[in-house]
Amino acid sequence: MDYLELAKTVGILTGISGGLALLMSIAQNTIGNYGEKEITINGEKKLIMDGGDTLLAGLIDNEVFLPSACGGKGTCGYCKCKVLSGGGQLLATETGLVTPEEAAEGIRLSCQLKVKEDIQIEIPQEYLDLKQWETVAYRIDDVTPTIKRVFLRLPEGEEINFKPGQYVQILAPEYQGNDEEVYRAYSIASSPSKKDEIELLIGYIPEGIATTYVHQHLKEGDTLNIIGPFGHFFYQDTDKPMIFVGSGTGIAPNLSILRYMQENDIQRPGIFLSAGRKIEDLPMKEEIDAIAADLPNIKMIWSVTGADPGTWDGPTEWVTDGLKKLVDDAKDSEAYLCGSPVTIEQIVDVLTEKGMTEDEIFYDKFQ
Amino acid sequence: MSPFVILFASIFTNNMILSNFLGMCSFIAVSNEVKTSMSLGQAVTFVLTITTALNWIVYHQILVPLELEIYSFIVFIIVIAASVQLIEMIIDRYLPNLYYALGIFLPLITVNCAILGVSLFMVIREYQFIQSVVFGIGSGLGWLMAITVLAGIRQRIARNPIPEGLKGAGITIIITGLMALAFIGMSGIVNMS
Repeated sequence: MDYLELAKTVGILTGISGGLALLMSIAQNTIGNYGEKEITINGEKKLIMDGGDTLLAGLIDNEVFLPSACGGKGTCGYCKCKVLSGGGQLLATETGLVTPEEAAEGIRLSCQLKVKEDIQIEIPQEYLDLKQWETVAYRIDDVTPTIKRVFLRLPEGEEINFKPGQYVQILAPEYQGNDEEVYRAYSIASSPSKKDEIELLIGYIPEGIATTYVHQHLKEGDTLNIIGPFGHFFYQDTDKPMIFVGSGTGIAPNLSILRYMQENDIQRPGIFLSAGRKIEDLPMKEEIDAIAADLPNIKMIWSVTGADPGTWDGPTEWVTDGLKKLVDDAKDSEAYLCGSPVTIEQIVDVLTEKGMTEDEIFYDKFQ
Repeated sequence: MSPFVILFASIFTNNMILSNFLGMCSFIAVSNEVKTSMSLGQAVTFVLTITTALNWIVYHQILVPLELEIYSFIVFIIVIAASVQLIEMIIDRYLPNLYYALGIFLPLITVNCAILGVSLFMVIREYQFIQSVVFGIGSGLGWLMAITVLAGIRQRIARNPIPEGLKGAGITIIITGLMALAFIGMSGIVNMS
């Protein structure tokens, strides 16, 4: 091999790509440079971002987090927001996810919209409350053989304001066997009055990236990044009878609601169903029973479907059968359901049969 | 081969999608609506014309004199990526109407293999400059035609009872296959492989 030849080839190829890269960066700083632009949110909050970036990127730089599941590719449609002025016209990459009615109101996908002039937008207040924290997992308990209860403390002086039933996303970092960072959602089990720390119930799912991280790698004292709070599933301030259903980790958001009701002495009638295969699969049973003791109108129904003979004298049916038996008329009730999509669909069927309307049924599907 | 023949052949008998199956990704993904498909097709035509011309110059003025033809793959990709980005920035800034019509599709197209395919065929078939540009335009128009026809068919069958497992990409690929068969019928007119 002729070394001179090699050097020449490398030099020329480097020259071509280097020249183009130089050209690109000059273009980026002249043609692509729109200067700093101002975002006005809900008419009050003003932020500064680099013009030419997408609105979503500009908001993230300013720590305003809109939900986004696809990472800005314009396929999930979660990052919608209302643009009052300065957004230009609707792009063809948005038409698939923004309906004509929404477009007429000024709804846009913030991941597609490039900010080239000062812009005024409206986003729900709850997104402005979204924040990111580096928490410390100061305590991790095993509450069942497959569920860990993780206590997370926020940084000194920081507070999380959430409604009972909402969730946070945790960031599972890279670890051996996993080479990408992922966000996964977990409902908050603690009461909203505790603002400097939260509790999560995290079940083990084989090959689940975040669950494997929490179950096998996370140690007491480690840090964990969280972002939140999210979710439309939360306590409704009415006086209708309540139906809670949630098994395993699905108990977490309902537990937060129970704690909230206990602290505020809210005495609404209701039932609380939770089932497991074995007795030890019922998470935090004693602690929850103690909370329920202060809420005498809430009837606790724990059920074990496959208990060893002679160890369990309570109900043994699955939650859907339990509901069919216990509830005669669910009209004018409110249901709070958490669990797998299949279970929730079955429960919704039972409840609509019993006279409930869809807008009285609140659910959180765990994917 | 006369430029006119190349134009005809690259649209009908040697269509990038229907005979070479290049550029399938956006072909399948963005063929839901005729209007969007046409815009994407126009953007592909635009980019193909420009990148084929640029790559011809780069190949014959830089790579051939320096005997670096074997690196054409890498160099073509870099040239395509850079020029598409640059074009997007210019359109975005100075031609807002064109940006709304074509510009937003440009990033999608950078990685479309039909673009690289045309530049590589241009080298294999030893086209002159004019022939290359015409080949680029023709291939783009052929792609535009194929995706528009596909989008038309998909819109028409949107409410048909398609078997569950074939909905979406499955039936789209079958339609593409049938379209390809139909176009083979024309291959007796002219063939330029």
